[in-house]
Amino acid sequence: MKVLVPVKRVIDFNIKPRVKADGTGVETAGVKMSMNPFDEIAVEEAVRLKEKGIATEVVAVSVGVQQAQDTLRTAMAMGADRAILVLTDVAVEPLAVAKILKALVAKENPDLMLLGKQAIDDDMNATGQMLAGLLGWGQGTFASKIEIADGKATVTREIDGGLETLTLALPAIVTADLRLNEPRYASLPNIMKARKKPLETIAPADLGVDVTPRLTIVSVAEPPARQQGIKVESAADLVARLRNEAKVI
Amino acid sequence: MQTYTPPLRDMKFVLTELHDFSRLTTLDAFSEVDADLAETVLEEGGKFTSEVLLPLNVPGDREGCRLENGVVTTPKGFRDAYRQFCEGGWSALSAPPEFGGQGLPETIGMMLSEMICATNLSFGLYPGLTGGAMVALRKYGSDELKALYLPKMISGEWSGSMCLTEAHCGTDLGLLRTKAVPQEDGTYRLSGAKIFISAGEHDLSENIIHLVLARLPDAPAGIKGISLFLVPKFLLRADGTPGERNGVLCTGIEHKMGIKASATCQLAFDDAKGWLVGAPHKGMQAMFAMMNAERLGVGIQGLGIAEVSYQSAVAYAKERLQGRSLAGAKYPALPADPIVVHPDVRRMLMTMRVNAEGCRALGAWVAMTLDVAEHAADERQRRDAEDFVALMTPVVKALFTDLGFESANLAVQTYGGHGYIADHGVEQFVRDSRIAMIYEGTNGIQALDLVGRKLPPHMGRNLRGLFHPIAAFIAENKENPLLGEMVTGLERAFGALQLATGQIAERGMKDPEEAGAAATDYLRLIGLVSLAYLWARTVAVAVPKSFAAGPDQAFYGAKIASARFFYDRVLPESASLYLKIKAGKASMMALADDAF
Repeated sequence: MKVLVPVKRVIDFNIKPRVKADGTGVETAGVKMSMNPFDEIAVEEAVRLKEKGIATEVVAVSVGVQQAQDTLRTAMAMGADRAILVLTDVAVEPLAVAKILKALVAKENPDLMLLGKQAIDDDMNATGQMLAGLLGWGQGTFASKIEIADGKATVTREIDGGLETLTLALPAIVTADLRLNEPRYASLPNIMKARKKPLETIAPADLGVDVTPRLTIVSVAEPPARQQGIKVESAADLVARLRNEAKVI
Repeated sequence: MQTYTPPLRDMKFVLTELHDFSRLTTLDAFSEVDADLAETVLEEGGKFTSEVLLPLNVPGDREGCRLENGVVTTPKGFRDAYRQFCEGGWSALSAPPEFGGQGLPETIGMMLSEMICATNLSFGLYPGLTGGAMVALRKYGSDELKALYLPKMISGEWSGSMCLTEAHCGTDLGLLRTKAVPQEDGTYRLSGAKIFISAGEHDLSENIIHLVLARLPDAPAGIKGISLFLVPKFLLRADGTPGERNGVLCTGIEHKMGIKASATCQLAFDDAKGWLVGAPHKGMQAMFAMMNAERLGVGIQGLGIAEVSYQSAVAYAKERLQGRSLAGAKYPALPADPIVVHPDVRRMLMTMRVNAEGCRALGAWVAMTLDVAEHAADERQRRDAEDFVALMTPVVKALFTDLGFESANLAVQTYGGHGYIADHGVEQFVRDSRIAMIYEGTNGIQALDLVGRKLPPHMGRNLRGLFHPIAAFIAENKENPLLGEMVTGLERAFGALQLATGQIAERGMKDPEEAGAAATDYLRLIGLVSLAYLWARTVAVAVPKSFAAGPDQAFYGAKIASARFFYDRVLPESASLYLKIKAGKASMMALADDAF
């Protein structure tokens, strides 16, 4: 069974992002970048499937700038067998990524697409779902447990109020939630090996996909600074403020 | 709070901008190494140390090690962390590939060590001692011993210890009494008692390989009658797996000021089976091989503590609101200014900052030269590199541990009363770092090693590797507008160092006590001048880059400001050191012993 795992290069989760002075986006120049944590969980799960003898090949894919190579090397240091970089300087949107992935699915014929449920930079939470729509495959999103047997994936999903279990016929889309697993630290020998694993670079045009953004960003702003709290005089004062100032009752 | 982000940007600067990383990559042994790999490895090592080791630092200190019926239990979490450490391949980083190591440069290994020591000094001692034991085994062990023991020590499955000290002899090993009696099968039986044995007994690894100094029956008295033996905790079966328990027993562990999660053991050897490492009576030679490696390692402990102390102090100085800036409120919206605004707090933070960054730059220089000494094809190049490492080993050990302790103290001072109480974890840095000035040869011994063993050979040839580049740099940069008065400052301090060197050579020749009286100050002086040279070079690198707008502009700006602080506030100490050295031994030795 072949597993394809898309990974995104994002601002490291430890870094507090800053909005660019001109309000067009978030400053990424010179900021530490890492693999999206949910994608790390997806890679880990794919590697575990391989270690269990269920998956035979794990291919990591990234869509983005040249430096996304580092992210792919990290995925390979964790255990992915090879990697594909779809190279573009455009800030790609979920639909474009989904189309690229669809084209790669046609090329690679994976049995399972394992994605992170969302990327921590824009929190879109859309690529997996769009890809499922484009491919007409079943989807199990927000997975906290995956079991593969007899050509089927049994996925436990984290939903409001509890857990839901789905059975999907393969090929299928699964997106990873936080509790699916705890990703490993890449070992030193595997970091060295990852440098020799194949990394193929292709252009979106090679896949016949137009990545031109369809959304327009109007403005990006920091959340307003929180005002200092006050002590209210009495319960009546509190009710009055909630009604007249906060307008919540 | 103990705060630590791996200083990866500064490590990159030191490796590839300040120093010439191609010194390493042009060596055959490192043909597959490049700056990218170094960066990736350090990043991954940084994750492991800050996410796995740091959270165990405070609990490990509180819980400490326990000894019950000869079995030492390390604090909760240490076993698991050690397992992860070995599985991650970190124990094998710079070990030779022919025995299963990764064969990366020691330079990268030392940067990993820095991060380990910053996040958990106690933990670091376990793999650290294995490293020292392996050096002796690699250099002096028979091929058979190497094949049997090295692979498992490199993988970390087995750990090592260095058994030197006995109750009545620490610094003066010539007095030691542990006996080794030859057996007909070519092995030896060892009997005696050792103390202060770090990692001498613990529950992290399945076997412990002790390297033990002892005397053969026909040994000459004193230091020339000491031999080195390998004594495993468990004797190996025919298939090489640990079997029968050898006659080594842990009879006690020390209750000590710091590094409480590191087991400091008393070991009793009772007819323990051992194998000779190296030639009979030549144990001190092998001992120095491991000792020298360990001394650099202990210096790096000082650097690690300096960095974590700095970061922890900065975190507090930025959040602790107290008083207003002397120049008027700088954060009027807050009830008080954070204490980072105050000049005296800045004095402490900047001192800690230059301690850490300066030592990192100097440590990397020595580590790179160590790699050249080990791997260069050209014999002359190897010899020059060895000379430099020999000279700088006591400097790295004593200077870095002094500065690390100074930084730990300043971190407590920055926290005030909240540093003195245990809750924030910074007093632990003071307690933990204190030992680094003592073990592997006290800093006083390091200073004597420097003036007694490192200056005199071959008419001071060891000094060339340091003095020549400094002199050349001064000559080349006299008119360099980027450096301004820094070159003058460097020249002055370097001049004082040269004068002091001449004086020690001259007076010390006639009266060794004169050299002894100057030693500690001289070590500090040579250390400061080395740092001053690297800070000046830092500025020469950073100034042109600081003009370019971009994300690194602040980094280079801070480098330049830190260098200026070093020249304004630290280097002037060189003048006072020179005066102290010049004063000679007279007043120090004037009192009769009875007068104390």
